[in-house]
Amino acid sequence: MDGTLEKMYVAPSPHIRDKHTTQRIMADVLIALLPAAAAAVYFYGASALLLMAASVAAAVLAEYVWQKANRQRVTVSDLSAAVTGLLLAFNMPASAPVWMPVIGAVFAIIIVKQLFGGLGHNFINPALAARGALMASWPSHMTSFVMPGADAVSSATPLGMIKEGAGTFADVTARFSLTDVLTGRIPGCLGEVSAVLLLAGGIYLIARKVIQPRIPVAMLGSMIVMLWIFGGEGGLFSASAYAVLYQVACGGAVLGAVFMATDYATTPVTPVGQWIFGAGAGVLAVIIRLLGTYPEGVSYAILLMNVAAPLIEKLTRPTPFGVQKPAGKKAGGSAA
Amino acid sequence: MGAFSDGLARGRHEFPKNAKNSFVFMCFFSQFTFFSLTYVFFYYIVYPIKHFYGKQVWKLKSLTFSGGIHPLAEQDWKAATKASPLRVFAPASVVIPMRQHLGRPCAPCVKPGDEVLLGQMIGEPASPRDVPVHASVSGKVVAVEERPHVTAGMMLAVVIENDGQDKPDPSIQPRSAAEVEALRPEQLRDIIRDAGIVGMGGAEFPTHLKLDVKGKVDYLLINGAECEPSLTGDHRQMLENGDLVVKGAVLLMRACGAKECVIGIEGKPDAAEAIQKAAEGAREVRVLQLKVKYPQGAEKMLIASVTGRKVPAGGLPAAVGCVVDNVSTAVAVAEAVYEGAPLTRRSVTVNGAVGQPGNLLLRIGTTFRDAVNFCGGFVGTPQKIISGGPMMGTAVAEPDVPVTKGGSGITVFNQITDPVTVEGNCLRCGRCVEACPLQLTPQAISEAYLAERLDLCGELRADLCMKCGCCTFVCPAKRHLSQTVDLAKRALAAQGRR
Repeated sequence: MDGTLEKMYVAPSPHIRDKHTTQRIMADVLIALLPAAAAAVYFYGASALLLMAASVAAAVLAEYVWQKANRQRVTVSDLSAAVTGLLLAFNMPASAPVWMPVIGAVFAIIIVKQLFGGLGHNFINPALAARGALMASWPSHMTSFVMPGADAVSSATPLGMIKEGAGTFADVTARFSLTDVLTGRIPGCLGEVSAVLLLAGGIYLIARKVIQPRIPVAMLGSMIVMLWIFGGEGGLFSASAYAVLYQVACGGAVLGAVFMATDYATTPVTPVGQWIFGAGAGVLAVIIRLLGTYPEGVSYAILLMNVAAPLIEKLTRPTPFGVQKPAGKKAGGSAA
Repeated sequence: MGAFSDGLARGRHEFPKNAKNSFVFMCFFSQFTFFSLTYVFFYYIVYPIKHFYGKQVWKLKSLTFSGGIHPLAEQDWKAATKASPLRVFAPASVVIPMRQHLGRPCAPCVKPGDEVLLGQMIGEPASPRDVPVHASVSGKVVAVEERPHVTAGMMLAVVIENDGQDKPDPSIQPRSAAEVEALRPEQLRDIIRDAGIVGMGGAEFPTHLKLDVKGKVDYLLINGAECEPSLTGDHRQMLENGDLVVKGAVLLMRACGAKECVIGIEGKPDAAEAIQKAAEGAREVRVLQLKVKYPQGAEKMLIASVTGRKVPAGGLPAAVGCVVDNVSTAVAVAEAVYEGAPLTRRSVTVNGAVGQPGNLLLRIGTTFRDAVNFCGGFVGTPQKIISGGPMMGTAVAEPDVPVTKGGSGITVFNQITDPVTVEGNCLRCGRCVEACPLQLTPQAISEAYLAERLDLCGELRADLCMKCGCCTFVCPAKRHLSQTVDLAKRALAAQGRR
């Protein structure tokens, strides 16, 4: 026995680790997305399922092939590619042809993620960047929405109807009530249909400590404030609570706040920075919705904040324990 | 705001339909405004308020610090040993290294063949800043040679064969209460130095140097946190030798000139109660129960939790009027002053993959192998043996290293719980930033170090890291964060020396 005791493993401390792993975090995100995915299949049928399957498969395959071709360690088992694929599918209307999410997923994984160094190194959200690329390339496919149900009657989204001036706000709410909007009985992208199920997924993520509530709360909160101030038809502060809630529940706001704006790689790591990021995304989303040409501003708002994330992070870096001045002013002096 | 509401007043339906340029402009303009406002908000509102209230209001918060971690239930092995009383153990032979403090090694003053007595000085200190080493058993010196050492690789050591008699050295003479009462602070510090007492929490810094504070000392803090998972030696000391802890605390107060003493205990209601009872006679000694969180027992964290004061970056606790000593150090001081006994034994928790995990009161110089065999031997084949606990302990290269004055535990793993050799990509999830008790950004420091940007590491204050390991513990990508930050810290120190 003693003979076998001589050689020991030696490693620097700590010698124990927490049980969180990248794979577990990504699996939790997929689980949190499942209720909304199920709702999409319920409302839009097999075409939704086909789009999601194609998108996830293309994303995973793109990552696998890229890493094999470049002789990198294959990391598809960490499930991050699957998350990107599913989120991309959530950004597609049910009527989109099946080749579109495939092209989008390849763009997201190879151009946006792998070319910049893979997981954690992309500077903008891959799924949103792919959505932007598809929107610019095939705008008609990306904006032709259908009503839930098997007969696939095409229709504009509630936000689109408001934007187009197809009727007053009352006309729109008469067609789609707030309950319809919350549960998902409206035309829209696969993932933005059911605000309630998306929020349930968000609560699951917060309970599992995968995300902190800072960004979703700040983003939805600032959207509510902005819509309350500027969203009414009769000047400042004229928006009713009903109208504000209706507009927040519509479109990609909840999907964006819970699943897109909380993407680790493209948001600040500092707690204060996360509040600012969320608030900024909310403000930008409302500005784009009200003043821009698109009915929907969440995805561009998040992309713009993604680009600003490194700056926010730098400004909000915590002051180390026992350091008197803000860390920025100490720069250089300590290194010398 | 004017332009904004004008745009609204015109009505959004009138807004040019194909206004791509103004759309892009709006986005950039609003971002620019947004960031200017953020900057102004922080520098003129948030920072001044924080600066003003930081000193007065925020120190009233509960007894803890920000950041830190909770080890998983299955990793915290305290339950296995906290009920096991300290068992006295003296092995057949001891290996006493000549360096057991932060400083220069001692020169051996015995040679093979000499008979030595328990408590006899066997290693002479190199200077008054260093502390001597004493024989922890009586018997015959069989060798003076290089032996494995926990941190130093190989180190000159005196090997003594125990005759089992424990014949005390004649210099060990107890002092009466009146004699102790008459001792002046500098005499107390000399007694503490000559007894070879160092920080027994693990740092091994000579205690007499720490007590020699030039300025005013408000608090002497006795560290009974023992936040390291798997260690319970201090817990047992407080339960079984509470009176010695309090006596030692009072002596330490006198030696450093502190006006008040706080014994900080993390959780452990039974220990807090025992110390409270022991401290009834001493009015200036207070017992505080702190929140259970690792690393509550780190010096800076303890001071912050108890007093709300922050030790300045790069400064010593004395800068905020505090001196911190470990519970075991207090016991050693009480024994040195009242009994005249030098430091020859300490409490050690033997935990993990061993037959009967427990707490030992063992002689300095006992090898890990002897201690583990006394506790029922190894279970399975040991893979990793740690001096100390699993968060901050040092993995030793072989089981024949001796326990030194700062060795608080022996933790044995018979399977590698940390098999991750391949680091995943950083997700930038921010868990390490939230866990760092010193509010560093481990992920950014690590990234800067790997990119060979030592200047950035300095800017991010890698030099402040205390290597508590919280960042590595929480990292889901299993990156070696605290290890990389430590490398950056060492590189910065080397750069500073050049």
